[in-house]
Amino acid sequence: MKTVTVNIVTPDGPVYDAEVTMVIAKTTSGEMGVLAGHIPMVAPLTIGAVKLRKADGQTEVAAISGGFIEVRPDKISILAPSAEIASSIDLARAKAALARAEQRVQKKQDNVDFKRANLALQRAINRIKVHEGNI
Amino acid sequence: MVNLREIKGRINSTKSTKQITKAMQMVSSSKLRRAEQNAKSYVPYMEKIQEVVGAIASGTKDSGHPMLTSRPVRKTAYLVIGSDRGLAGAYNSSILREVQNTINQRHKSKDEYVVLAIGRVVRDYFVKRGHNVIANVVALPDQPSFADIKEIARNAVGMFTDGTYDELYMYYNHFVSAISNEVTMKKVLPLTDIAPATSSASYEFEPSGEAILEVLLPQYAESLIYGALLDGKASEHSARMTAMKNATDNANDLIADLSLQYNRARQAAITQEITEIVGGAAALE
Repeated sequence: MKTVTVNIVTPDGPVYDAEVTMVIAKTTSGEMGVLAGHIPMVAPLTIGAVKLRKADGQTEVAAISGGFIEVRPDKISILAPSAEIASSIDLARAKAALARAEQRVQKKQDNVDFKRANLALQRAINRIKVHEGNI
Repeated sequence: MVNLREIKGRINSTKSTKQITKAMQMVSSSKLRRAEQNAKSYVPYMEKIQEVVGAIASGTKDSGHPMLTSRPVRKTAYLVIGSDRGLAGAYNSSILREVQNTINQRHKSKDEYVVLAIGRVVRDYFVKRGHNVIANVVALPDQPSFADIKEIARNAVGMFTDGTYDELYMYYNHFVSAISNEVTMKKVLPLTDIAPATSSASYEFEPSGEAILEVLLPQYAESLIYGALLDGKASEHSARMTAMKNATDNANDLIADLSLQYNRARQAAITQEITEIVGGAAALE
């Protein structure tokens, strides 16, 4: 099967760089699978998991916190404010962030803080889910 | 006659100062190496995002997105990136002077502009002079991650969008080399000087160009700010390293001078003693 190079880049440096056969990402308009040779496309991503299917049948998963995906026939780039491959997620940290966010959501201060806390909550849940492989 | 004990004391205190400055120099040089590394690992992200933004913005020319259009300026914002600590030579003072000059030239009253400060020295400077500091971040780590700066970057972009100010300039020290850096001014918002795409890839937008700009432009502006911060941090470490190296060199010179003085004074004391003894002996004969 044809493969395509995938880069996941964050401001803190590249996170992932490999050949895969298919990328499955969660865009704002729904989940989307991209194969090699796709026409050039850009789409914003939501907080969620990106599945990277490799030629040998294995699937790697990365937790993404927003950003967007840029597709070209021979190359796919994912640019996100933060991203982690499932195996490198610090579960203890994610759980701590989850607890913190939950607390803040319950407090329900003004709108801006609430929105931010909600986003933090989503990110933490996403990380834990990706780490546990239950997506 | 110069007091021997006094000179000895000065030599010792200069020596201990030198130890400190030398240690700081070494610490800064290792931090500089890390900071350069950080700046380097950030480059791919910046290049990529610039490319995509350029492609989309040139593809959808008159998108009318608020972040791309300049509007009449009623209020200007200055984002000033400095350091938390001093002892970095002219690092902070040169940037503060530049901003102050610009403000003096452009504005008559304090209602026409606001300041966003990064770094304790910067914040204290503007607060003390009664400028309107609407946001600040202090105590950033030496190797900041994107998460550390996200909040102020998002605020800066958000306040532009909701009309708190109509343009945003950023001041920081650009890292040229380990021994030099220069004060740089960059207009962040509105994004009027986006370089058009070099590759003529025409993209399919999912769901639409506007929806993507909505996500992409804030992210782009935030990453500009983060890039400047990394650049500024590298300059800070290099400035501190140079300043401390100069201090160490000066301490060495001072110690050499003082030692010479000390030895002369000691010699003079011995000579005088001998003269006195010889004189005394001669008087007895």
